[in-house]
Amino acid sequence: MTARSLKDKEQRKAWAFVVPALVWTLAFFVTPFLFMVAMSLWTQQGGMIVQSWTLANYLAFFEKSALFKGLVNSLEITAIVTVLSVLLAYPLAWIIAERVPRRFQRLALTLAVLPFWTSYVVRSYSWLLVLSKTGVINQTLMQIGLIGQPLELASNRTATVIGFVHFFVMLLTLTIYANLVQLSPNYRRAAADLGANGLQTFWHVILPLTLPGIMTGAFLTFVLCIGDYVTPQILGGNNELVLPQIIMLQLGRRADFPMAAALSIILMLVITAAYIACARWLKIERA
Amino acid sequence: MNPALEGALARRLLSSIAVLSLGAMSAMIGTAPAAAQTTLNALVWCDHTDPALIEPFEKANNVKVNLKEYEGTGTALSIISQSRPGDWDVLVIDGVDVQQAVDKNILGELPAGTLPTADIFPEVRMEANNTRNGKTYAVTEKFGYNTVSYDKAKVDPADMRDMSKLWSDTYKGRIAVYDYYLPMIGLTGIALGKATADLKEADLPAIRSKLFDLKKNAKQVSDVVSSQTALATGEVDIVFGGGEWLTAGLVKDKPNLDWVIPDQGAVRWAQSIGVMKDSTRKELALKFVQYIVSPEGQARLATSACYWAMPANQKAGALLTETQKTALRWNEQADYLKKTQLYPIPTPELDAKMQDAWTEMLQK
Repeated sequence: MTARSLKDKEQRKAWAFVVPALVWTLAFFVTPFLFMVAMSLWTQQGGMIVQSWTLANYLAFFEKSALFKGLVNSLEITAIVTVLSVLLAYPLAWIIAERVPRRFQRLALTLAVLPFWTSYVVRSYSWLLVLSKTGVINQTLMQIGLIGQPLELASNRTATVIGFVHFFVMLLTLTIYANLVQLSPNYRRAAADLGANGLQTFWHVILPLTLPGIMTGAFLTFVLCIGDYVTPQILGGNNELVLPQIIMLQLGRRADFPMAAALSIILMLVITAAYIACARWLKIERA
Repeated sequence: MNPALEGALARRLLSSIAVLSLGAMSAMIGTAPAAAQTTLNALVWCDHTDPALIEPFEKANNVKVNLKEYEGTGTALSIISQSRPGDWDVLVIDGVDVQQAVDKNILGELPAGTLPTADIFPEVRMEANNTRNGKTYAVTEKFGYNTVSYDKAKVDPADMRDMSKLWSDTYKGRIAVYDYYLPMIGLTGIALGKATADLKEADLPAIRSKLFDLKKNAKQVSDVVSSQTALATGEVDIVFGGGEWLTAGLVKDKPNLDWVIPDQGAVRWAQSIGVMKDSTRKELALKFVQYIVSPEGQARLATSACYWAMPANQKAGALLTETQKTALRWNEQADYLKKTQLYPIPTPELDAKMQDAWTEMLQK
């Protein structure tokens, strides 16, 4: 067999592997996405979809304060959740990686991600019961005499943030832990040799080396949090709406698919911007 | 990779696919008898999913009723527009939206004389909604009220007879508002002294402002399940927009829960049922509608697991127990029907503006 025919064969084999993925992406991502873009440029009038091109839905998003506020609420909640989750997950991942004996680390990780095994909806409703006026937290605080009246913990942004943070701490723990265990102990030894104390070693050596893990986890948290509908719906008490809730309102109440498509595209653009920022940062870090 | 090994792998892959295909085929053949049974596809509200309601019809007619549950007419219309003609046989729809369904050519005519119209409470026959040009397209099957549900151990029942108390500081932070814009805008209009039938765009600024004030007093704005849970667990003491459908089913375990129609009045809701125009099983679909509005079907529907409410057929009273009738306030219906008004029936333009006002209220 000549070198050329071998090369052709290799190329055909490579295409054979790539084509199914390409077809899959075209069929289940690109085509629906293009259809969604087209839909977002149509309008719904009197229960009928009018197929003439217009930016009316995008303009309405900026003109109607209730819609725009949905994005603001989403960004605020996502930022708070991402920061809190990183702050809580990092020490947990560090303890598992550094303080738990190696033979128990798998068990510790399993325990840390155990809540993942529960249904998302069930977990949110469970939080509602924990945070309610007659829930565990309020009852305990009242019984030990710390408060006279129950605290307003449920049906507000605090409850939404708690529900989210509980979920995302697990996710971030995994990504940060994976980063921490890959670090060679020589880095710490070298820093100690050079006279750095524990805090200096962490701040100048360990933390910068684990930033890729933090950023990857934070990006995943951002994407999943900003697109989530269930947690704010159950725990937020509809006292403020995030963008996915507003998208659901367009579908469930108004059957306004064009507006829902336009809002979804806006949400995708925000996520894309976050991805570009994250990817760019990671590229700069590696360089 | 070694060509012989490649060939072996390919053969193994092909044989695996063949085995899986055979398995899938045999599974399909195995389910064939079930598929052969006559089926009826119904797009319904959650109260129709109670097996105690559906199973007697299925057994009597040797039929499988496939039920798809939805909330809100918008959702139903979306589902129908995404389905093929003939996919759905029966539709349960908000009484005030029947005309919208007729406009969209979704509902078929129900043959005259096939329904017990004379047995239906006159106030809920709703000919203006269920019929057009002398033709009947749907029949009222159940009705109730969007009014005030409360925990009588925690609030003064006398206060609940005055709707304005919900806007005062007395119950601030103790109210759940039912998250459905139409009845709630109707109720807010009633609080402002406006009849639901007369609501127009010019009334919206006052209603919007009143809704914003209500939001300041509310602990939450929530759907049926969340409102019920909040009232049952003591998270809130009042559900504005609630009624017998929210509390009647809970009274057995939570005897403190009650509901009342305030002196200002309240909103009356009614659900209708009809046969889809493109149904390929019209006869069976009509039979199902007839069962639902029969006294037996009505008694079961009134006390179905998802929510209780008054049956439209008066003859169902003979089949309900005294406890059930007490929970439904059977004997007070004459007074309640007088004090209540139907949901607002806005034009599509006004409806969109009402929804905008409601969304703004949620964001306040």
